[in-house]
Amino acid sequence: FGGRRLDDDALEDLEDLLIMSDMGAKVSSKITANLAKTRFDKDISDDEIRIALASEIEAIMKPREQVVDFADGPRPRVVLFVGVNGSGKTTTIGKIASKLKEQGAKALLVAGDTFRAAAIEQLTVWGERAGIPVLSKPTGADAAGLVYEAIEKAQREDLDLVLVDTAGRLQNKAELMSELAKIVRVTRKLDPDAPHDVILVLDATVGQNALSQVEAFRHTAGVSGIVMTKLDGTAKGGVLVAVAEAHALPIHFVGVGEKAEDLQPFSASAYAKALVGLGQEETV
Amino acid sequence: MFDALTDRLGGIFDGLTGRGALSEKDVSAALREIRVALLEADVALPVVKDFIAKVKERAVGEEVIRSVKPGQQVIKIVHDGLVDLLGGEDAETRLRVDNPPSVIMMAGLQGSGKTTTTAKIAKRLSERDKKKVLLASLDVRRPAAMEQLAVLADQLGANVTSLPIVQGQMPAEIARRALQAAKLGGHDVVFLDTAGRTSIDEQMMAEAAEIAKIAQPKESLLVADALTGQDAVETARRFHERLPLTGLVLTRMDGDGRGGAALSMRAVTGLPIKFLGTGEKLDGLDAFDAKRVAGRILGQ
Ligand SMILES: Nc1nc2c(ncn2[C@@H]2O[C@H](COP(=O)(O)OP(=O)(O)OP(=O)(O)O)[C@@H](O)[C@H]2O)c(=O)[nH]1
Ligand SMILES: Nc1nc2c(ncn2[C@@H]2O[C@H](COP(=O)(O)OP(=O)(O)OP(=O)(O)O)[C@@H](O)[C@H]2O)c(=O)[nH]1
Ligand SMILES: [K+]
Ligand SMILES: [Mg+2]
Ligand SMILES: [Mg+2]
Repeated sequence: FGGRRLDDDALEDLEDLLIMSDMGAKVSSKITANLAKTRFDKDISDDEIRIALASEIEAIMKPREQVVDFADGPRPRVVLFVGVNGSGKTTTIGKIASKLKEQGAKALLVAGDTFRAAAIEQLTVWGERAGIPVLSKPTGADAAGLVYEAIEKAQREDLDLVLVDTAGRLQNKAELMSELAKIVRVTRKLDPDAPHDVILVLDATVGQNALSQVEAFRHTAGVSGIVMTKLDGTAKGGVLVAVAEAHALPIHFVGVGEKAEDLQPFSASAYAKALVGLGQEETV
Repeated sequence: MFDALTDRLGGIFDGLTGRGALSEKDVSAALREIRVALLEADVALPVVKDFIAKVKERAVGEEVIRSVKPGQQVIKIVHDGLVDLLGGEDAETRLRVDNPPSVIMMAGLQGSGKTTTTAKIAKRLSERDKKKVLLASLDVRRPAAMEQLAVLADQLGANVTSLPIVQGQMPAEIARRALQAAKLGGHDVVFLDTAGRTSIDEQMMAEAAEIAKIAQPKESLLVADALTGQDAVETARRFHERLPLTGLVLTRMDGDGRGGAALSMRAVTGLPIKFLGTGEKLDGLDAFDAKRVAGRILGQ
């Protein structure tokens, strides 16, 4: 909106910018109000405003920035991927599996989506690409039973890591959520500390419903961290700021495409800049 | 979890009940609440602004002044306005499938529900309208995408079949093969299920446009997630620019999202919403109902 005085109108425009990134009305107005505290009625250029906004957002997101190395830690480390339908769980596992192979970790992928058509085949292709075995049962099999066998196998064969895919489920479906709770319970039978990670996969196009997703999956499965996918599209994924305000959950990775290499560690600074429309060239 | 708009407006108008007339100031307070409610329902901001302006015009008019309960009256204006914007009570939701083989192209972002919706609509056309349907996956990118559609076709009756998978073909080639197979096989309807794509992936958008050019679909449906936030306008606008879209489908209406994306996408494209996806199973498909969606957006 060009260089101008940071008056009420300008603040409203800023708030609109944030709302249009899915940050939600409340958090957007909180952030602009913060900005106003120090800059109200001062002349400020467009870039200065964006930089100031980005730094407000970065400050909120910085504590959530937490890279994770799944190849490290307890053995076998059991990592569960959960989330609503189509958010990118299977693809994210595929990407992580490809990374792990490079690191030389001994991993096992588990096709815990025994419901969706060709979900098993999809994970199997990713396993083949990464050179990591996939444990599966026919469609319709009990997912919890499969996960139990997978952990047993990993313990027996002294594997580093078990990555478990699960079926997509909407958080308001009690029956499907209790199936997920059962998967979690079963892993604990073999290792009281398992699952060591429960990764909630959020789609960047999602709006305010992300908040209810985080709440419900936390409650049912004890989410330990977040991955946000599809940030390569036009969606900015601003709801993550609202999530960060409400939940002290680390954000591990962002998905920026469909290929194995399209997974990046979450960076609060890069995320904040992209959100307010500060181009890549300005960030380096 | 969400306050229904009714409750929110209750407080504002309580003191006014019985007094009759509404000043512009009273209405403005109500409009602020409506704005927040619509934003919480994920209606895109530009659409919210337009809508609020229209509501204001109507609310400050006679209707409210004469009404006994101004709060109820404003809610009615808002609700009716939403129904209107969503295409009205008897929105045209039938598919044009009268010229065999009629092509239906499915497009949208990654993971929006294209493949599942393809099978759901195929089920409906084969069972209700006795159509012979061919399903063709043009998704040569996502692992096991073609297998997924083939498995779904197998779950449906004999009148729904999938085009045999030939490895190594490009989407345009597959589209041509599907049209040919539908002509030879006497199919009434042929679905082209395309790969998911972001609207800024120029190569992929050009590919979709080429498929449409080759196949001349009678219906091109943009399949979108009802849980979509503010991005709904951008996505709808960009797909509408590149493809001869004829309608929208909103999936995952079985979630607890408020579904504001339906309003955003309809407003920016003017396209009818044809179906709502209401589950993972193949019977989870409802004809669009503007009143139901308006009520949902308002949290009623
Ligand atoms: N553009 C883009 N597409 C992605 C990304 N991550 C996943 N996808 C795509 O999104 C779609 C859905 O991804 P999946 O991995 O199948 O999602 P899922 O959560 O396993 O889905 P269900 O198992 O059906 O619930 C696929 O087409 C993926 O290729 C990303 O970061 N960017
Ligand atoms: N709950 C629910 N799930 C749905 C609905 N429609 C589709 N899904 C699920 O959403 C996920 C993605 O659906 P797909 O049909 O594979 O989506 P797509 O658009 O073809 O995905 P890509 O081809 O990877 O871009 C699957 O888990 C489906 O079962 C719906 O209306 N409700
Ligand atoms: K069949
Ligand atoms: Mg999956
Ligand atoms: Mg598909």
